[in-house]
Amino acid sequence: MRETTYDPAHIEYVLRLGDNALILGQRLCEWSGHSALVEEDVAMANIALDYIGRARDLLTLACELDGGNQSEDDLAFKRDEEEFKNFLLCELPIGDFAWTIVRQVLLDTYHFHLYDQLQRSSDQKLATIAAKSIKESTSHLRHCSHWLTRLGDGTDESHRRVQDALNEQWRFTGELFAADAIDEFALAVGIGPDLSDLRERWHAQIASILHHATLTQPIDAPPVAGGRQGLHTEHMAGLLACMQSVQRAYPGLEW
Amino acid sequence: MSKNLPLWEVFLRSRRGLEHKHVGSLHAADPEQAMQYARDVYTRRLEGCSIWVVRSADIHASQEGDAAAFFDPAEDKVYRHASFYDVPDGLKL
Repeated sequence: MRETTYDPAHIEYVLRLGDNALILGQRLCEWSGHSALVEEDVAMANIALDYIGRARDLLTLACELDGGNQSEDDLAFKRDEEEFKNFLLCELPIGDFAWTIVRQVLLDTYHFHLYDQLQRSSDQKLATIAAKSIKESTSHLRHCSHWLTRLGDGTDESHRRVQDALNEQWRFTGELFAADAIDEFALAVGIGPDLSDLRERWHAQIASILHHATLTQPIDAPPVAGGRQGLHTEHMAGLLACMQSVQRAYPGLEW
Repeated sequence: MSKNLPLWEVFLRSRRGLEHKHVGSLHAADPEQAMQYARDVYTRRLEGCSIWVVRSADIHASQEGDAAAFFDPAEDKVYRHASFYDVPDGLKL
């Protein structure tokens, strides 16, 4: 067993980033073969695969920091629900296309600003992953914010659907900026950004995107949180059952 | 749904210095979306460094029925090829 010299909070910080990418990527994969246009099907699958690729890099880094006793696959396929530390917003079902686009805009905007800051992380490997991720997130946000404008400024029905989705998801966004001991550690040692600063950047850009899409920003409601402590919604079990089914049925299977 | 959207032709330049080549078509609502879909559908494996998209309706194509009048007359005009002419010895090209 190799000794690790890294603070557990450092490992936990990277693990959370990896779980957000993995769970959101897994959700997006559910669109494969179901989009209204074949072009959108490919576009959405590209975004999903970007997230899965990012999850591989981040979970591999978490394993390295933890002494290398586990692999990315162990983390993805062998952990139980309470061991996953993603935001609740990532695990919610895909809903309809409007619902998915709203979630992507909220989270792609978050990831764009987060990874922009993480490029200057004191963890060199994390900074390298961020430099690659920022390019992907720029493209994701462009794609999804254009769709949000198209739907928000489209027909009465498309407007109603994205506004309803936004109203429903808004209370899950508080969790994105709720700093706890892990985030404070990351900020103190220069691994991660200041979440209050990130919140300001996010709010400013979201306000602009919503205005452009003729949507109304919902009134702040008591936030729903818990994912980062391993307390998930009822939807998480189904997602994991699907994602982990092969490794649960055939432990250690490789191809 | 795609029936309601206009068709676009996609051209890619694979490397700097090379010309754009037609690679296929797609449906999209406007130039911006056509460009994004072209990127997603046709450059997933590093196929290009520059994309053109053109509304298919904006392309004027020669008609099959015109082929005889358009192209056949060039068949017997071999003198239009540079290789038809003998270059005198000593001529510096």
